[in-house]
Amino acid sequence: MSDITKQSLSDLVENIKSKKLSSSEVTKAFVERSEKSKELNAYITEDYTNALNKAKKFDEKPNLDLKLPGIPMAVKDLFCTRDLKTTAGSKILNNFVPTYESTVTQNIWNEGAILMGKLNCDEFAMGSSNETSFFGNVQNPIDKNLVPGGSSGGSSSAVAAQLTPITIGTDTGGSIRQPASFTGTVGLKPTYGSCSRYGIVAFASSLDQAGPMAQNVKDCALLQEVISTYDEKDSTSIDFKRNEYSKELTKDIKGKKIGIPKEYRVDGMPKEIEDLWKKGIEYAKDCGAEIIDISLPHTNYALPTYYIVAPAEASSNLARYDGVKYGFRAEGENLIDMYEKTRSEGFGAEVQRRIMIGTYVLSSGYYDAYYLKAQKVRKLIKNDFDDAYKKVDAILTPSTPSSAFKIGEKTNDPVSMYLNDIFTVPVNLAGLPGISIPAGHDAKGYPLGLQIIGKAFDEQNILNIAYAMEEKINFKNNITDWWIK
Amino acid sequence: MSIDLKTIKHISKLSRISVDEKKAEKLAGDLNSIFDFIEKLNELKTDNVEPLTSVAETTLKLRSDEVKSKNLRDQVIKNSPKENEDYFVVPKVIE
Repeated sequence: MSDITKQSLSDLVENIKSKKLSSSEVTKAFVERSEKSKELNAYITEDYTNALNKAKKFDEKPNLDLKLPGIPMAVKDLFCTRDLKTTAGSKILNNFVPTYESTVTQNIWNEGAILMGKLNCDEFAMGSSNETSFFGNVQNPIDKNLVPGGSSGGSSSAVAAQLTPITIGTDTGGSIRQPASFTGTVGLKPTYGSCSRYGIVAFASSLDQAGPMAQNVKDCALLQEVISTYDEKDSTSIDFKRNEYSKELTKDIKGKKIGIPKEYRVDGMPKEIEDLWKKGIEYAKDCGAEIIDISLPHTNYALPTYYIVAPAEASSNLARYDGVKYGFRAEGENLIDMYEKTRSEGFGAEVQRRIMIGTYVLSSGYYDAYYLKAQKVRKLIKNDFDDAYKKVDAILTPSTPSSAFKIGEKTNDPVSMYLNDIFTVPVNLAGLPGISIPAGHDAKGYPLGLQIIGKAFDEQNILNIAYAMEEKINFKNNITDWWIK
Repeated sequence: MSIDLKTIKHISKLSRISVDEKKAEKLAGDLNSIFDFIEKLNELKTDNVEPLTSVAETTLKLRSDEVKSKNLRDQVIKNSPKENEDYFVVPKVIE
Protein backbone atom coordinates (compact mmCIF):
# COMPACT_ATOMS: atom_id res chain seq x y z
CA MET A 1 0.00 0.00 0.00
CA SER A 2 1.62 3.21 -1.13
CA ASP A 3 -0.42 5.87 0.60
CA ILE A 4 -0.42 4.59 4.17
CA THR A 5 -0.09 8.05 5.70
CA LYS A 6 -3.23 9.22 3.88
CA GLN A 7 -5.35 6.64 5.69
CA SER A 8 -7.50 7.57 8.65
CA LEU A 9 -6.80 6.04 12.05
CA SER A 10 -9.91 3.89 11.78
CA ASP A 11 -8.75 2.50 8.40
CA LEU A 12 -5.25 1.83 9.70
CA VAL A 13 -6.66 -0.04 12.71
CA GLU A 14 -8.88 -2.06 10.39
CA ASN A 15 -5.99 -2.84 8.02
CA ILE A 16 -3.70 -3.95 10.84
CA LYS A 17 -6.45 -6.07 12.39
CA SER A 18 -7.16 -7.77 9.08
CA LYS A 19 -3.39 -8.19 8.55
CA LYS A 20 -3.39 -6.21 5.33
CA LEU A 21 -0.77 -3.99 6.96
CA SER A 22 1.79 -4.64 9.67
CA SER A 23 2.64 -2.19 12.44
CA SER A 24 6.17 -1.99 10.98
CA GLU A 25 4.87 -0.91 7.58
CA VAL A 26 2.62 1.72 9.10
CA THR A 27 5.24 3.02 11.54
CA LYS A 28 7.88 3.15 8.81
CA ALA A 29 5.57 5.15 6.56
CA PHE A 30 4.84 7.78 9.22
CA VAL A 31 8.49 7.92 10.34
CA GLU A 32 9.63 8.47 6.74
CA ARG A 33 7.08 11.20 6.16
CA SER A 34 8.00 12.85 9.46
CA GLU A 35 11.67 12.77 8.49
CA LYS A 36 10.87 14.48 5.20
CA SER A 37 8.86 17.14 7.01
CA LYS A 38 11.45 18.67 9.33
CA GLU A 39 10.77 22.09 7.84
CA LEU A 40 7.39 22.19 9.60
CA ASN A 41 9.24 21.96 12.95
CA ALA A 42 6.35 19.94 14.36
CA TYR A 43 8.60 17.71 16.50
CA ILE A 44 10.70 18.70 19.49
CA THR A 45 11.97 15.16 20.17
CA GLU A 46 12.02 12.33 17.64
CA ASP A 47 12.02 8.76 18.88
CA TYR A 48 11.91 6.98 15.52
CA THR A 49 14.41 4.18 16.17
CA ASN A 50 12.59 3.07 19.30
CA ALA A 51 9.28 3.35 17.48
CA LEU A 52 10.45 1.09 14.65
CA ASN A 53 11.80 -1.43 17.17
CA LYS A 54 8.55 -1.42 19.10
CA ALA A 55 6.60 -1.93 15.85
CA LYS A 56 8.79 -4.91 14.98
CA LYS A 57 8.20 -6.36 18.41
CA PHE A 58 4.47 -5.81 18.07
CA ASP A 59 4.43 -7.66 14.73
CA GLU A 60 6.25 -10.64 16.21
CA LYS A 61 3.39 -11.18 18.65
CA PRO A 62 0.53 -8.95 17.57
CA ASN A 63 -2.38 -8.45 19.95
CA LEU A 64 -5.13 -7.54 17.52
CA ASP A 65 -7.81 -7.20 20.20
CA LEU A 66 -6.40 -3.85 21.25
CA LYS A 67 -8.04 -0.59 20.18
CA LEU A 68 -4.87 0.95 18.71
CA PRO A 69 -2.92 -2.15 17.60
CA GLY A 70 0.61 -1.14 16.64
CA ILE A 71 -0.48 2.38 15.64
CA PRO A 72 2.39 4.92 15.72
CA MET A 73 1.64 8.22 17.38
CA ALA A 74 3.45 11.42 18.28
CA VAL A 75 2.10 13.40 21.25
CA LYS A 76 2.26 16.98 22.51
CA ASP A 77 5.40 17.59 24.54
CA LEU A 78 3.35 18.55 27.57
CA PHE A 79 2.69 14.89 28.45
CA CYS A 80 5.36 13.29 30.61
CA THR A 81 6.77 10.21 28.93
CA ARG A 82 8.92 7.90 31.04
CA ASP A 83 12.59 7.95 29.99
CA LEU A 84 11.92 10.34 27.09
CA LYS A 85 12.70 14.04 27.42
CA THR A 86 9.65 16.20 28.14
CA THR A 87 10.16 19.95 27.68
CA ALA A 88 6.74 21.66 27.67
CA GLY A 89 8.30 23.81 24.93
CA SER A 90 10.51 25.51 27.54
CA LYS A 91 14.22 26.05 28.01
CA ILE A 92 13.69 25.48 31.73
CA LEU A 93 12.75 21.82 31.07
CA ASN A 94 15.14 21.39 28.17
CA ASN A 95 16.86 18.39 29.75
CA PHE A 96 14.07 16.94 31.88
CA VAL A 97 13.57 13.17 31.61
CA PRO A 98 10.46 12.06 33.54
CA THR A 99 10.61 9.01 35.77
CA TYR A 100 6.89 8.45 35.28
CA GLU A 101 4.29 8.33 32.51
CA SER A 102 1.18 10.48 32.22
CA THR A 103 -2.04 8.50 32.68
CA VAL A 104 -3.39 9.62 29.31
CA THR A 105 -0.33 8.43 27.37
CA GLN A 106 -0.18 5.23 29.45
CA ASN A 107 -3.78 4.51 28.42
CA ILE A 108 -2.75 4.95 24.79
CA TRP A 109 0.25 2.59 25.03
CA ASN A 110 -1.91 0.07 26.92
CA GLU A 111 -4.12 -0.12 23.81
CA GLY A 112 -1.14 -0.98 21.62
CA ALA A 113 -0.06 2.39 20.20
CA ILE A 114 3.62 3.23 19.73
CA LEU A 115 5.30 6.54 20.64
CA MET A 116 7.05 8.21 17.67
CA GLY A 117 8.07 11.47 19.33
CA LYS A 118 7.08 14.62 21.14
CA LEU A 119 5.39 17.50 19.36
CA ASN A 120 6.10 21.19 19.58
CA CYS A 121 3.85 23.51 21.59
CA ASP A 122 3.76 26.98 23.05
CA GLU A 123 5.90 27.24 26.18
CA PHE A 124 3.91 25.68 29.05
CA ALA A 125 0.93 25.77 26.64
CA MET A 126 0.78 29.57 26.97
CA GLY A 127 0.07 30.88 23.51
CA SER A 128 -2.28 30.74 20.53
CA SER A 129 0.24 30.46 17.70
CA ASN A 130 3.04 28.11 18.84
CA GLU A 131 5.38 31.11 18.62
CA THR A 132 6.25 31.13 22.33
CA SER A 133 7.98 27.73 22.07
CA PHE A 134 11.69 27.73 22.99
CA PHE A 135 12.10 25.33 20.06
CA GLY A 136 10.89 27.76 17.43
CA ASN A 137 7.60 28.32 15.67
CA VAL A 138 5.79 25.61 13.74
CA GLN A 139 4.55 26.01 10.21
CA ASN A 140 0.97 25.37 9.22
CA PRO A 141 0.92 22.78 6.41
CA ILE A 142 -1.83 24.87 4.79
CA ASP A 143 0.65 27.68 4.03
CA LYS A 144 4.30 28.30 4.83
CA ASN A 145 3.73 31.70 6.45
CA LEU A 146 0.80 30.74 8.64
CA VAL A 147 0.81 29.79 12.30
CA PRO A 148 -0.71 26.38 13.07
CA GLY A 149 -2.53 27.81 16.09
CA GLY A 150 -1.63 27.05 19.64
CA SER A 151 -0.79 25.95 22.06
CA SER A 152 -1.08 22.47 20.50
CA GLY A 153 0.46 23.77 17.25
CA GLY A 154 2.93 20.94 16.69
CA SER A 155 0.03 18.53 17.17
CA SER A 156 -2.31 20.29 14.73
CA SER A 157 0.44 20.67 12.15
CA ALA A 158 1.47 17.01 12.48
CA VAL A 159 -2.08 15.68 12.11
CA ALA A 160 -2.93 17.97 9.19
CA ALA A 161 0.37 17.11 7.44
CA GLN A 162 -0.20 13.39 8.16
CA LEU A 163 3.02 12.93 10.14
CA THR A 164 0.99 11.04 12.74
CA PRO A 165 -2.39 9.37 12.17
CA ILE A 166 -3.79 11.03 15.28
CA THR A 167 -2.51 12.84 18.34
CA ILE A 168 -3.35 14.31 21.71
CA GLY A 169 -3.18 17.92 22.80
CA THR A 170 -4.18 19.84 25.89
CA ASP A 171 -6.73 22.64 26.09
CA THR A 172 -6.76 25.28 28.84
CA GLY A 173 -8.49 28.09 26.91
CA GLY A 174 -8.75 26.72 23.36
CA SER A 175 -5.39 25.05 22.78
CA ILE A 176 -6.91 22.00 21.04
CA ARG A 177 -9.89 23.59 19.27
CA GLN A 178 -8.20 26.73 17.90
CA PRO A 179 -5.24 24.89 16.27
CA ALA A 180 -7.67 22.26 14.93
CA SER A 181 -9.68 25.08 13.37
CA PHE A 182 -6.54 26.69 11.88
CA THR A 183 -5.42 23.45 10.22
CA GLY A 184 -8.68 21.91 9.02
CA THR A 185 -8.62 19.11 11.58
CA VAL A 186 -10.93 17.89 14.35
CA GLY A 187 -10.15 18.61 18.01
CA LEU A 188 -12.10 17.67 21.14
CA LYS A 189 -11.74 19.34 24.54
CA PRO A 190 -13.41 16.90 26.93
CA THR A 191 -15.36 17.76 30.09
CA TYR A 192 -13.13 18.82 32.96
CA GLY A 193 -12.44 15.64 34.95
CA SER A 194 -12.92 13.29 31.98
CA CYS A 195 -9.22 12.75 31.20
CA SER A 196 -6.65 12.50 33.97
CA ARG A 197 -4.27 15.42 34.41
CA TYR A 198 -1.69 13.17 36.08
CA GLY A 199 1.67 13.58 34.37
CA ILE A 200 0.66 16.56 32.25
CA VAL A 201 2.89 19.57 32.86
CA ALA A 202 0.49 21.85 34.75
CA PHE A 203 -0.53 25.27 33.44
CA ALA A 204 -3.89 26.22 35.02
CA SER A 205 -5.14 23.25 36.99
CA SER A 206 -8.83 24.18 37.17
CA LEU A 207 -8.97 24.53 33.36
CA ASP A 208 -6.45 22.06 31.84
CA GLN A 209 -7.83 19.05 29.94
CA ALA A 210 -6.21 16.61 27.52
CA GLY A 211 -8.05 15.64 24.36
CA PRO A 212 -7.77 14.01 20.93
CA MET A 213 -6.88 15.75 17.64
CA ALA A 214 -7.70 13.88 14.45
CA GLN A 215 -8.45 13.90 10.74
CA ASN A 216 -12.09 13.09 11.33
CA VAL A 217 -14.74 12.74 14.03
CA LYS A 218 -14.75 8.94 14.15
CA ASP A 219 -11.00 8.82 14.86
CA CYS A 220 -11.47 11.47 17.50
CA ALA A 221 -14.19 9.40 19.19
CA LEU A 222 -11.98 6.32 19.19
CA LEU A 223 -9.07 8.10 20.85
CA GLN A 224 -11.35 9.78 23.40
CA GLU A 225 -12.63 6.34 24.36
CA VAL A 226 -9.03 5.28 25.04
CA ILE A 227 -7.80 8.30 26.98
CA SER A 228 -10.82 9.02 29.16
CA THR A 229 -10.56 6.96 32.34
CA TYR A 230 -11.12 7.58 36.02
CA ASP A 231 -7.75 7.99 37.72
CA GLU A 232 -7.14 8.02 41.45
CA LYS A 233 -3.86 9.84 40.82
CA ASP A 234 -5.78 12.98 39.80
CA SER A 235 -7.97 14.30 42.63
CA THR A 236 -10.23 16.10 40.12
CA SER A 237 -10.72 13.02 37.92
CA ILE A 238 -14.41 12.19 37.90
CA ASP A 239 -15.79 8.69 38.24
CA PHE A 240 -18.68 8.62 35.75
CA LYS A 241 -19.90 6.06 33.26
CA ARG A 242 -17.86 6.56 30.11
CA ASN A 243 -19.26 5.54 26.73
CA GLU A 244 -17.53 3.54 24.07
CA TYR A 245 -17.69 6.71 22.04
CA SER A 246 -16.68 5.25 18.66
CA LYS A 247 -19.03 2.28 18.91
CA GLU A 248 -21.97 4.39 20.00
CA LEU A 249 -21.33 7.04 17.37
CA THR A 250 -24.42 7.80 15.29
CA LYS A 251 -25.41 10.33 12.63
CA ASP A 252 -28.97 10.25 13.85
CA ILE A 253 -29.36 13.60 15.60
CA LYS A 254 -32.95 14.15 14.61
CA GLY A 255 -34.80 16.36 17.07
CA LYS A 256 -31.65 17.43 18.93
CA LYS A 257 -32.01 21.00 20.12
CA ILE A 258 -29.05 23.15 19.17
CA GLY A 259 -28.66 26.61 20.68
CA ILE A 260 -27.27 29.66 18.86
CA PRO A 261 -25.95 32.19 21.37
CA LYS A 262 -26.46 35.75 20.16
CA GLU A 263 -23.54 37.09 22.23
CA TYR A 264 -21.07 35.20 20.03
CA ARG A 265 -21.84 37.67 17.25
CA VAL A 266 -18.95 39.86 18.40
CA ASP A 267 -17.98 43.34 17.17
CA GLY A 268 -15.68 43.30 14.20
CA MET A 269 -16.24 39.62 13.44
CA PRO A 270 -15.36 39.04 9.77
CA LYS A 271 -18.31 38.38 7.50
CA GLU A 272 -16.74 35.06 6.50
CA ILE A 273 -17.11 33.81 10.06
CA GLU A 274 -20.69 35.01 10.24
CA ASP A 275 -21.42 33.26 6.91
CA LEU A 276 -19.76 30.07 8.08
CA TRP A 277 -21.88 30.08 11.19
CA LYS A 278 -25.06 30.55 9.13
CA LYS A 279 -24.00 27.67 6.89
CA GLY A 280 -23.38 25.58 10.00
CA ILE A 281 -26.91 26.29 11.19
CA GLU A 282 -28.25 25.09 7.82
CA TYR A 283 -26.15 21.92 7.99
CA ALA A 284 -27.49 21.22 11.50
CA LYS A 285 -31.04 21.73 10.27
CA ASP A 286 -30.40 19.40 7.32
CA CYS A 287 -29.35 16.76 9.85
CA GLY A 288 -32.73 17.10 11.54
CA ALA A 289 -31.67 19.26 14.47
CA GLU A 290 -33.90 21.97 15.85
CA ILE A 291 -32.28 25.41 16.07
CA ILE A 292 -33.09 27.56 19.09
CA ASP A 293 -31.84 31.09 19.82
CA ILE A 294 -30.27 31.36 23.24
CA SER A 295 -28.45 33.92 25.31
CA LEU A 296 -25.15 33.57 27.20
CA PRO A 297 -25.14 37.09 28.63
CA HIS A 298 -21.70 37.04 30.29
CA THR A 299 -19.77 35.88 27.21
CA ASN A 300 -17.93 39.21 26.95
CA TYR A 301 -16.52 38.77 30.42
CA ALA A 302 -15.03 35.34 29.80
CA LEU A 303 -11.65 36.47 28.43
CA PRO A 304 -10.93 39.01 31.20
CA THR A 305 -11.93 36.33 33.74
CA TYR A 306 -9.66 33.80 32.07
CA TYR A 307 -6.72 36.22 32.09
CA ILE A 308 -6.98 36.41 35.87
CA VAL A 309 -7.76 32.78 36.71
CA ALA A 310 -5.28 31.13 34.32
CA PRO A 311 -2.22 33.30 35.16
CA ALA A 312 -3.02 33.08 38.89
CA GLU A 313 -2.98 29.29 38.77
CA ALA A 314 0.04 29.32 36.45
CA SER A 315 2.08 31.53 38.77
CA SER A 316 1.46 29.03 41.54
CA ASN A 317 2.09 25.93 39.38
CA LEU A 318 5.28 27.33 37.88
CA ALA A 319 6.76 28.22 41.27
CA ARG A 320 8.28 24.73 41.24
CA TYR A 321 10.81 25.66 38.54
CA ASP A 322 13.66 26.86 40.69
CA GLY A 323 16.72 25.23 39.13
CA VAL A 324 17.29 22.89 42.07
CA LYS A 325 15.84 19.43 41.48
CA TYR A 326 15.50 19.33 37.71
CA GLY A 327 15.66 21.48 34.63
CA PHE A 328 17.79 24.46 33.69
CA ARG A 329 19.84 26.35 36.29
CA ALA A 330 21.61 29.69 35.95
CA GLU A 331 24.36 30.16 38.52
CA GLY A 332 23.94 33.00 40.99
CA GLU A 333 25.81 34.66 43.82
CA ASN A 334 23.47 33.19 46.42
CA LEU A 335 20.34 31.05 46.53
CA ILE A 336 17.85 33.87 45.79
CA ASP A 337 20.03 35.22 43.00
CA MET A 338 20.18 31.72 41.51
CA TYR A 339 16.37 31.39 41.62
CA GLU A 340 15.84 34.79 40.02
CA LYS A 341 18.39 34.28 37.26
CA THR A 342 17.23 30.72 36.57
CA ARG A 343 13.63 31.86 36.13
CA SER A 344 14.55 34.97 34.18
CA GLU A 345 16.74 33.05 31.72
CA GLY A 346 14.74 29.80 31.74
CA PHE A 347 11.26 31.16 31.01
CA GLY A 348 10.33 32.99 27.81
CA ALA A 349 8.66 36.41 27.68
CA GLU A 350 5.03 35.26 27.55
CA VAL A 351 5.45 32.86 30.47
CA GLN A 352 7.16 35.57 32.54
CA ARG A 353 4.36 37.97 31.67
CA ARG A 354 1.72 35.52 32.85
CA ILE A 355 3.60 34.63 36.04
CA MET A 356 3.79 38.36 36.81
CA ILE A 357 0.05 38.89 36.13
CA GLY A 358 -0.78 35.89 38.30
CA THR A 359 1.51 36.97 41.11
CA TYR A 360 0.02 40.44 41.04
CA VAL A 361 -3.63 39.35 41.15
CA LEU A 362 -2.89 37.01 44.05
CA SER A 363 -0.74 39.49 45.98
CA SER A 364 -1.75 41.08 49.25
CA GLY A 365 -4.30 43.85 48.75
CA TYR A 366 -5.34 42.78 45.24
CA TYR A 367 -6.69 39.28 45.79
CA ASP A 368 -10.33 40.32 46.36
CA ALA A 369 -10.35 42.92 43.57
CA TYR A 370 -9.04 40.51 40.96
CA TYR A 371 -8.92 36.83 41.82
CA LEU A 372 -12.06 36.64 43.94
CA LYS A 373 -13.91 38.87 41.47
CA ALA A 374 -12.89 36.59 38.60
CA GLN A 375 -14.07 33.49 40.46
CA LYS A 376 -17.44 35.14 40.96
CA VAL A 377 -17.76 36.08 37.30
CA ARG A 378 -16.71 32.53 36.44
CA LYS A 379 -19.77 31.40 38.40
CA LEU A 380 -21.99 33.74 36.33
CA ILE A 381 -20.53 32.32 33.12
CA LYS A 382 -21.21 28.78 34.27
CA ASN A 383 -24.76 29.78 35.28
CA ASP A 384 -25.33 31.10 31.74
CA PHE A 385 -24.56 27.66 30.33
CA ASP A 386 -26.64 25.88 33.01
CA ASP A 387 -29.62 28.06 32.07
CA ALA A 388 -29.10 27.51 28.34
CA TYR A 389 -28.95 23.73 28.80
CA LYS A 390 -32.46 23.76 30.26
CA LYS A 391 -33.59 24.56 26.71
CA VAL A 392 -31.01 22.95 24.41
CA ASP A 393 -28.88 19.81 24.08
CA ALA A 394 -25.82 21.51 22.57
CA ILE A 395 -24.58 24.89 21.37
CA LEU A 396 -23.15 25.78 17.96
CA THR A 397 -20.63 28.62 17.51
CA PRO A 398 -17.65 29.46 15.32
CA SER A 399 -14.39 28.02 16.77
CA THR A 400 -12.34 31.17 16.25
CA PRO A 401 -12.97 34.79 15.25
CA SER A 402 -10.66 34.46 12.20
CA SER A 403 -8.74 31.96 10.11
CA ALA A 404 -5.03 31.29 10.77
CA PHE A 405 -2.92 34.46 10.86
CA LYS A 406 0.63 35.04 9.69
CA ILE A 407 3.70 34.15 11.69
CA GLY A 408 4.79 37.29 13.59
CA GLU A 409 1.51 39.12 12.97
CA LYS A 410 0.33 39.23 16.59
CA THR A 411 3.47 38.61 18.64
CA ASN A 412 3.84 42.24 19.78
CA ASP A 413 0.29 42.66 20.97
CA PRO A 414 -0.63 40.22 23.75
CA VAL A 415 -4.26 41.35 23.97
CA SER A 416 -4.94 40.83 20.25
CA MET A 417 -3.37 37.37 20.60
CA TYR A 418 -5.63 36.61 23.58
CA LEU A 419 -8.74 37.60 21.57
CA ASN A 420 -8.23 34.48 19.45
CA ASP A 421 -9.69 32.41 22.25
CA ILE A 422 -12.88 34.43 22.63
CA PHE A 423 -15.17 31.53 21.57
CA THR A 424 -13.25 28.74 23.26
CA VAL A 425 -12.39 30.18 26.70
CA PRO A 426 -15.98 30.21 28.10
CA VAL A 427 -16.11 26.43 27.60
CA ASN A 428 -13.03 25.88 29.80
CA LEU A 429 -14.31 28.26 32.46
CA ALA A 430 -17.55 26.26 32.66
CA GLY A 431 -15.72 22.90 32.47
CA LEU A 432 -17.75 21.73 29.47
CA PRO A 433 -16.82 19.58 26.46
CA GLY A 434 -16.35 21.28 23.09
CA ILE A 435 -15.36 20.00 19.68
CA SER A 436 -14.08 21.94 16.66
CA ILE A 437 -14.75 20.54 13.21
CA PRO A 438 -13.55 21.96 9.90
CA ALA A 439 -16.52 23.54 8.14
CA GLY A 440 -15.28 25.62 5.24
CA HIS A 441 -12.63 27.96 3.87
CA ASP A 442 -12.22 31.71 3.86
CA ALA A 443 -11.52 33.75 0.69
CA LYS A 444 -7.80 32.93 0.97
CA GLY A 445 -8.55 29.23 1.07
CA TYR A 446 -7.64 28.85 4.76
CA PRO A 447 -9.75 26.47 6.84
CA LEU A 448 -12.41 27.64 9.28
CA GLY A 449 -13.94 25.64 12.11
CA LEU A 450 -17.25 25.36 13.89
CA GLN A 451 -17.48 24.53 17.56
CA ILE A 452 -20.13 22.35 19.19
CA ILE A 453 -20.36 22.76 22.96
CA GLY A 454 -22.05 20.10 25.07
CA LYS A 455 -23.38 19.54 28.56
CA ALA A 456 -20.88 18.23 31.08
CA PHE A 457 -20.08 14.53 30.39
CA ASP A 458 -22.11 14.61 27.19
CA GLU A 459 -19.18 13.98 24.82
CA GLN A 460 -21.20 11.34 22.98
CA ASN A 461 -23.84 13.87 22.00
CA ILE A 462 -21.43 16.47 20.59
CA LEU A 463 -19.46 13.75 18.81
CA ASN A 464 -22.70 12.55 17.23
CA ILE A 465 -23.66 16.06 16.11
CA ALA A 466 -20.13 16.60 14.75
CA TYR A 467 -20.29 13.22 12.98
CA ALA A 468 -23.61 14.05 11.33
CA MET A 469 -22.54 17.55 10.31
CA GLU A 470 -19.16 16.33 9.04
CA GLU A 471 -20.92 14.26 6.41
CA LYS A 472 -23.02 17.22 5.22
CA ILE A 473 -20.05 19.61 5.23
CA ASN A 474 -17.82 17.21 3.30
CA PHE A 475 -14.73 19.33 4.00
CA LYS A 476 -11.55 18.84 1.96
CA ASN A 477 -8.24 20.19 3.21
CA ASN A 478 -6.02 21.92 0.62
CA ILE A 479 -2.59 20.58 1.49
CA THR A 480 -0.02 20.42 -1.29
CA ASP A 481 3.00 18.93 0.55
CA TRP A 482 4.96 22.12 -0.36
CA TRP A 483 7.51 21.40 2.37
CA ILE A 484 8.57 18.06 0.88
CA LYS A 485 11.44 18.68 -1.50
CA MET B 1 -5.34 51.98 36.90
CA SER B 2 -1.67 52.00 36.15
CA ILE B 3 1.11 49.61 37.06
CA ASP B 4 4.30 51.62 37.63
CA LEU B 5 7.91 50.49 37.61
CA LYS B 6 7.97 50.23 41.39
CA THR B 7 5.08 47.76 41.27
CA ILE B 8 6.82 45.77 38.52
CA LYS B 9 9.93 45.53 40.71
CA HIS B 10 7.76 44.35 43.61
CA ILE B 11 6.00 41.66 41.53
CA SER B 12 9.33 40.60 40.07
CA LYS B 13 10.65 40.03 43.58
CA LEU B 14 7.56 38.04 44.57
CA SER B 15 7.83 36.01 41.34
CA ARG B 16 11.56 35.37 41.80
CA ILE B 17 12.20 36.60 38.27
CA SER B 18 14.99 39.13 37.88
CA VAL B 19 14.03 42.15 35.81
CA ASP B 20 16.33 44.89 34.52
CA GLU B 21 15.18 48.44 33.68
CA LYS B 22 14.50 47.75 30.02
CA LYS B 23 12.51 44.60 30.73
CA ALA B 24 10.61 46.37 33.53
CA GLU B 25 9.46 49.08 31.16
CA LYS B 26 8.33 46.59 28.54
CA LEU B 27 6.49 44.57 31.20
CA ALA B 28 4.80 47.68 32.61
CA GLY B 29 3.47 48.51 29.13
CA ASP B 30 2.24 44.96 28.50
CA LEU B 31 0.69 44.54 31.93
CA ASN B 32 -1.09 47.88 31.72
CA SER B 33 -2.73 46.98 28.41
CA ILE B 34 -3.71 43.58 29.80
CA PHE B 35 -5.14 45.10 32.97
CA ASP B 36 -7.09 47.70 30.98
CA PHE B 37 -8.72 44.74 29.31
CA ILE B 38 -9.30 42.94 32.62
CA GLU B 39 -10.91 46.01 34.25
CA LYS B 40 -14.03 45.22 32.21
CA LEU B 41 -15.05 42.92 35.04
CA ASN B 42 -15.79 45.96 37.22
CA GLU B 43 -18.91 46.59 35.12
CA LEU B 44 -20.50 43.62 36.85
CA LYS B 45 -22.07 43.63 40.30
CA THR B 46 -21.04 40.41 42.02
CA ASP B 47 -21.72 41.10 45.70
CA ASN B 48 -24.11 38.19 46.13
CA VAL B 49 -22.40 35.73 43.81
CA GLU B 50 -20.65 32.69 45.23
CA PRO B 51 -17.13 32.31 43.81
CA LEU B 52 -16.60 29.24 41.63
CA THR B 53 -13.48 27.45 42.81
CA SER B 54 -13.89 24.19 40.91
CA VAL B 55 -16.15 23.00 38.12
CA ALA B 56 -15.63 19.39 39.17
CA GLU B 57 -18.54 18.79 41.50
CA THR B 58 -16.98 15.90 43.31
CA THR B 59 -15.91 15.02 46.81
CA LEU B 60 -12.40 13.81 47.32
CA LYS B 61 -12.16 10.05 47.56
CA LEU B 62 -10.22 8.43 50.35
CA ARG B 63 -7.65 5.75 49.70
CA SER B 64 -5.32 3.70 51.86
CA ASP B 65 -1.97 5.32 52.54
CA GLU B 66 0.40 2.94 50.78
CA VAL B 67 3.67 3.56 49.02
CA LYS B 68 3.13 2.53 45.41
CA SER B 69 6.05 4.00 43.52
CA LYS B 70 9.40 2.27 43.31
CA ASN B 71 12.62 3.72 44.63
CA LEU B 72 13.63 6.04 41.80
CA ARG B 73 16.25 7.98 43.75
CA ASP B 74 19.02 7.62 41.20
CA GLN B 75 16.84 8.59 38.24
CA VAL B 76 15.34 11.51 40.13
CA ILE B 77 18.77 12.78 41.22
CA LYS B 78 20.02 12.42 37.65
CA ASN B 79 17.62 15.17 36.53
CA SER B 80 19.25 17.63 38.91
CA PRO B 81 21.45 20.36 37.40
CA LYS B 82 23.95 19.83 40.22
CA GLU B 83 24.17 16.91 42.60
CA ASN B 84 26.60 15.38 45.01
CA GLU B 85 25.96 11.66 45.58
CA ASP B 86 22.47 11.58 47.14
CA TYR B 87 21.97 15.32 47.49
CA PHE B 88 20.81 18.29 45.42
CA VAL B 89 23.45 21.01 45.53
CA VAL B 90 22.52 24.69 45.92
CA PRO B 91 24.58 27.82 46.66
CA LYS B 92 25.64 28.12 50.29
CA VAL B 93 22.81 29.46 52.48
CA ILE B 94 24.43 29.47 55.94
CA GLU B 95 27.58 31.50 56.43
